Amino acid sequence: MNIVVCIKQVPGTAEVRIHSETHTLIRDGVESMVTVFTMGPPQAEAALREAVSYGVDEVVLVSDRALVGSDTLATAYAIAKGIAKIGAYDLILCGKQAIDGDTAQVGPEVAERLGIPFVAWVRKVEEVGDGKIRVQRMMDDGYEVIEMPLPALITVVKEINEPRLASLKGKLRAKKLEIPMWSAEDIGVEEDQVGLKGSPTQVMRIFSPEPRGAGERLEGEAEEVAQRLAERLKVMGFV
Amino acid sequence: MAQHFLTEEQEMIRDLARQIAQEKIVPMRAELDEQEEFPWEIMKLLAESDLFRIWIPEEYGGLGEGIFGLCLAMEELSRACAGVAVSYAGSALGGTPILLYGTEEQKQKYLPQLASGERLGAFALTEANAGSDVAGMQATARKVDDGYVLNGTKQWITNGGEAEIYTVFTITDRNRGARGSTAFIMEKGMEGFSFGKKEKKLGIRTSSTRELVFQDCFVPTAQRLGREGMGFIVAMKTFDQSRPGIGAQSVGIAQGALDEAIQFARERHQFGKTISSFQAVQHMLADMATEIEAARALVYYAARLVDSGDRSASKIAAMAKVFPSDMAMRVTTNAVQIMGGSGYMREYPVEKMMRDAKITQIYEGTNQIMRNVIAGNLIKEAAAL
Amino acid sequence: MALIWVIEDKCTGCGLCVKKCPFGAIEIVEKVAVIDESKCTLCKACVETCRSEAIALSPEAEAMQEKPSVDLNAYRGVWIFAEQRNGRLSSVAYELLGVGRTLSDDLDVALTAVLFGSGMEEAAGALVARGADRVLWVDEPELRTFHDDSYAQVFEELIREEKPEIVLAGATAVGRSFIPKVAAKLETGLTADCTELAIDREKRLLVQTRPAFGGNIMATILCPNRRPQMATVRHKVMQEAEALEGRKGEIVRRKAKPESLLSRTSLIEFIEELEETINIVDADVIVSGGRGLGKPENFALIRELALVLEGAVGASRAAVDEGWIPYSHQVGQTGKTVSPKLYIACGISGAIQHLVGMRSSDVIVAINKDPEAPIFDVATFGIVGDLFEVVPALVRKLKG
Repeated sequence: MNIVVCIKQVPGTAEVRIHSETHTLIRDGVESMVTVFTMGPPQAEAALREAVSYGVDEVVLVSDRALVGSDTLATAYAIAKGIAKIGAYDLILCGKQAIDGDTAQVGPEVAERLGIPFVAWVRKVEEVGDGKIRVQRMMDDGYEVIEMPLPALITVVKEINEPRLASLKGKLRAKKLEIPMWSAEDIGVEEDQVGLKGSPTQVMRIFSPEPRGAGERLEGEAEEVAQRLAERLKVMGFV
Repeated sequence: MAQHFLTEEQEMIRDLARQIAQEKIVPMRAELDEQEEFPWEIMKLLAESDLFRIWIPEEYGGLGEGIFGLCLAMEELSRACAGVAVSYAGSALGGTPILLYGTEEQKQKYLPQLASGERLGAFALTEANAGSDVAGMQATARKVDDGYVLNGTKQWITNGGEAEIYTVFTITDRNRGARGSTAFIMEKGMEGFSFGKKEKKLGIRTSSTRELVFQDCFVPTAQRLGREGMGFIVAMKTFDQSRPGIGAQSVGIAQGALDEAIQFARERHQFGKTISSFQAVQHMLADMATEIEAARALVYYAARLVDSGDRSASKIAAMAKVFPSDMAMRVTTNAVQIMGGSGYMREYPVEKMMRDAKITQIYEGTNQIMRNVIAGNLIKEAAAL
Repeated sequence: MALIWVIEDKCTGCGLCVKKCPFGAIEIVEKVAVIDESKCTLCKACVETCRSEAIALSPEAEAMQEKPSVDLNAYRGVWIFAEQRNGRLSSVAYELLGVGRTLSDDLDVALTAVLFGSGMEEAAGALVARGADRVLWVDEPELRTFHDDSYAQVFEELIREEKPEIVLAGATAVGRSFIPKVAAKLETGLTADCTELAIDREKRLLVQTRPAFGGNIMATILCPNRRPQMATVRHKVMQEAEALEGRKGEIVRRKAKPESLLSRTSLIEFIEELEETINIVDADVIVSGGRGLGKPENFALIRELALVLEGAVGASRAAVDEGWIPYSHQVGQTGKTVSPKLYIACGISGAIQHLVGMRSSDVIVAINKDPEAPIFDVATFGIVGDLFEVVPALVRKLKG
């Protein structure tokens, strides 16, 4: 089984270094080859090296100035092209959303571009094999068990797996590995479908949200503050 | 950092072991100590992270980083929990005789299993009446067609019951004393090979310590390790390799205790000041830190010497066990002292570190025996001049 | 050759462009603006803002700007996707009608609600009553159950046929799953999880605003050259449209092509998993517990308060990671984004990842013993105190 994992290197956040936490998801039990794919600036190589230290087999970096400014549609187009160049795949894994853009759109758009079935918000892979995959999809009120044929793309939520630790062999390999870097030309994208030109959405303005403003502090004994808060909530119609 | 001139690979070992120790072992150590349960979950993590591969040569699925690499991992694991660390190192101790004296076939069979961590190893020498005095051993191996029949009981065996591969020392010819000892590679599950109860210990409580019982246990000749009568040499050469590891364990325990003591001293207020501002406390901390650095330097030197194959390694290896372990006992005791009542409580980890430290002065040759080894070598060297 | 540059003679070093640049790509060095091309996306915000016309784009860069690829005037009307589950309309449909009505009035076009599934007569009526001029109802039993393939295919065909200029859907588990597929099929722009929508009447454009970078930044996004303009809208942020007795609207009942109803995914079973019956995404009131609860049993306190307020029970990542409560209750970046009318955080310090998931709530109450906890920065009412005293007291007062 060939598995492709898409990751995104994102600017510093409190705890997550690589968004997709699932590099090794279904390795156990299935003879498989895992390729980690990313698109981004050349520095994204660091994220791929980290992935190698966790034990993935292959990594690919797509990086090109022509891709800068791509929105989700253009990004998904380029990723789909890149994955197609990797060759045979059975399963593609993406994180539910990158924590910088928070759009959650690239996964489904890649699936659409590749013309393969797709399930979002996967919290567990129950079974894989025989050309099929059975997964649990998180819904707002529970979960659905869904089956679909491979190849397929799933986006996964945090619950899917505990990130495993790096291994020494992985780290040694990560240090030495020559990371292939593909250009826009290498993956064969149409120039007018990527970058700013290929992006239907445009960012008009970026601004800081209005601070909520420090609210009111209720101080005093528990009984007293509870009384005051209860009154407020009653006035506001919550009771 | 040019500290101790580590190679990039050695830094990787240290950093990964430190990460596992701090992220995975520290949160569990109090419970492991309390429950006295074998840390299988952590052993699995160490296996996945290739830590069992460190000391094994590359041709047997290892990383070829030698005893020094093993010591770096030992130090970091021990800084978090010496009980976990000894369970980890027990496997290496069981495998070292195979690496040193095994046939090519034995190495091909067992070392990759130990390297991947899929099976743990153990080393079985001690008996009720044979601790420091190895020659007092009672367990026998009687020669029969195609093999040997083992009878006897091994005591206080680290990883006993949990390990699957055991290096076991027996007497094959009682008349020849130490020269009548022979080693075997035994596997859990062999007929006539069973385990006694798990011992209750002062420290390193998460580790498993059990009796191994052999009752008419047949073993094929192919399981014999080295020639007949070589058992004593196998054991002694193994100790030369393993003693720096106990030194590294001691350094780790002491470092862990110092870390706790410093942090506590900076937070604890008495007489309106942090206790770290009192010179009495400062001088204790200074001495602890100095002794740790001295021990660390000695351990690293010894490990590198052992890896180089130097013939004087036996003496230095003994030094690298005796000094760090005595040091760890002092440092952990002082850490408890600095932390006062808090230090004595199980809520803080230093009382455990003090309990754990004690064993380092005892196992793999008591510190009294270590001094005999050192002195013996000194006198031998002087005589050779 | 550079794609964009500063004409140094003209630049006054006023710094307007620095403020305007959405990507932090410009700085003033020795009183002249300097553009970092590695950060610049050629969005031209600086070019438009510069009073001295000191920033120039190369012809190549101009050529890189997207040009309309469709006849924009051929697209008219505002659509909302009226999501249903098991035949029941989700309240997000009413919220979309609320904001959709405003947008369609501003554009002077009709508001259409798209409804999938059989047996939805009542729902179709409700959509009209709440402001839909027209309900486009694809009456097919296969569409009662959500499948990405069939939903995306049928929706795409409707859009291609009728050409609306704006399509809105709820940023729900369903909407955020299949709407991106629709956008990809149509090769148009889609803005995720919007919290504000407006119309630029002059340019006849949908002005979409959404949080990004964990809510630390708001971005306003346009889709000027392709149609339809598509957005998913955060649940509970927009006002629900009120039902108006006797309101008139057209209900168009449609069928879909049989092959469009096929799906490669099959639903084996659904397992309801919430401990409490109200799920946090739909709740108007959420009471959340965090690490401060200390142990799982103490969630009883949270449940009791939620019960009094008829709300749902939420949790911080810390509480979920400790295994005190299932992941489906987790609020925050790696859990769910919620926007209730009232959010009560008990024993939650308010890490940025948590704040992102709840800061758009109307009223936030924080109960925490650490006065420095960041949760107080977003709290409407902050109580510094022991939750084990305050929460039971509050339950008594609310009951009394």
